[in-house]
Amino acid sequence: MSDTAKTADAAWTPRIVAFFCNWCTYTAADLAGVSRMKHASNVRIIRLMCSGRVDPQFVMDALARGADGVLIGGCHPNDCHYVEGNYKCLRRYQMLKRMIADMGIEPERLRLEWISAAEGEKVKRVINEMVDQVQKLGPLGLPQKFQDWDCEMEQFAHHVEAADAAQGAPTCGHGQPQKMETAHA
Amino acid sequence: MPKPKVAFYWCASCGGCEETVVDLAEDILGVVEKVDIVLWPVAMDFKYKDIEAMPDKSIVATLLNGAIRSTEQEEMARLLRRKSVYMIAYGACAHLGGIPGLANQFSREQLLKFVYEDAPSVVNEQKTRPQTKSPDNGREPTLPALHNVVRSLDQVVDVDYYVPGCPPTPKITKAAVTALLENRLPPKGSVIAPDIALCDECPRKATKPTNVSFTEFKRPHQKLMDPALCFLAQGIVCMGPATRSGCEAACTCGGMPCTGCFGPTSRVRDQGLKIMSSLAANVAPKDEGEIQKVLAGIPDPIGTFYRYGLAKSLVRRRVDLPPR
Repeated sequence: MSDTAKTADAAWTPRIVAFFCNWCTYTAADLAGVSRMKHASNVRIIRLMCSGRVDPQFVMDALARGADGVLIGGCHPNDCHYVEGNYKCLRRYQMLKRMIADMGIEPERLRLEWISAAEGEKVKRVINEMVDQVQKLGPLGLPQKFQDWDCEMEQFAHHVEAADAAQGAPTCGHGQPQKMETAHA
Repeated sequence: MPKPKVAFYWCASCGGCEETVVDLAEDILGVVEKVDIVLWPVAMDFKYKDIEAMPDKSIVATLLNGAIRSTEQEEMARLLRRKSVYMIAYGACAHLGGIPGLANQFSREQLLKFVYEDAPSVVNEQKTRPQTKSPDNGREPTLPALHNVVRSLDQVVDVDYYVPGCPPTPKITKAAVTALLENRLPPKGSVIAPDIALCDECPRKATKPTNVSFTEFKRPHQKLMDPALCFLAQGIVCMGPATRSGCEAACTCGGMPCTGCFGPTSRVRDQGLKIMSSLAANVAPKDEGEIQKVLAGIPDPIGTFYRYGLAKSLVRRRVDLPPR
């Protein structure tokens, strides 16, 4: 590992994406704000109308783009503004936890909490707990992983280029290896 | 006027895609009449050096099937890309990574150890494994190296069109070849199949309940299935709602649920997560333990929801494996 990478690691703090529902958890986060409660600043909150709107693709996309953890907040059972949205979220969450574990991601990086509009204190506690938890797990670093995986293609492109040059064959194309497409192309 | 040149090539695939080209039956004669096939390893004898000697962009279209998982496959994909005007990913493996993409759940060491040592039918006391170089009487023959990651074609080279399916049906193949010959091509990057879910052409569509509600999931071998009723109404995982149509519902007509080989429609990024989202949300119980019991009916979510799409999914590969 290079020195710069080491320094970057030492300075690392978790980056967490939170999906909060408009009616309960986001309002609670607002309450925490106006009540001047202090919580860890590692969370980027995205407001959705309902926890039932959290497509599992959003969660995986957040992780794939560099989030170290994802927090979902919704209304308590029986309190959903849309009656059933939070139950849908709970069911998806249970399967998603199994799937991310099967993909080698610690399931603790994903958390679902029911937080009502009155529970500003709970927003603060959950965010602090989650930041501690992810801090212990360390960086997930998927964008870097994707780059590492594609190294084998770049190395091979250079190898072919060298072989072509040795044979005196035209090196068209190989001089500039085609841009590797990543998952987000 | 010289006939347009076309190449067929196969990478990590089973050969089923080649079979579809042959399944065009007498229609293939019409195709062969109009084009000049310059490479087709499964059926005709051409050498790679013949392709290397051709000017760039002199092949009109390469139809490449199979995922990319070895250095040879990658080299050929790059070579054919350079020589072709249109690069067409043919079949689920080139399109999405396909069944070989499921190897992205394991490290290269795990795969090689199983195949050359642990598989029940293997006798290999010296634990011999293929080497990329092996000196032999002063010569040094080489073999391609196995990549750590299985990739779809578009994760390696620029792809112009996709012909989906495992394998693509003769009808879809014919539509693609005709569009190519008549120069009626859709926008670059298109998947040449209808952009709507499979349910649209499934004969069981009328029996799909408005509100699907799962109290249990059963796998096809665990249940006597009603031959006319929507699979979802029977508690059987069917990928139809998250899969592109165009196969004329071959599987559901044949009594088996859709496994998703045509990939997602254009509005969906990750097919596996999308069908999981739909199925899980419609589980009946509201209590955590009860939900878990119902979901336990799907013992292998990665293999079920990403049967063909793991390599092209958002995370692509198990993330805790060594990169090299």
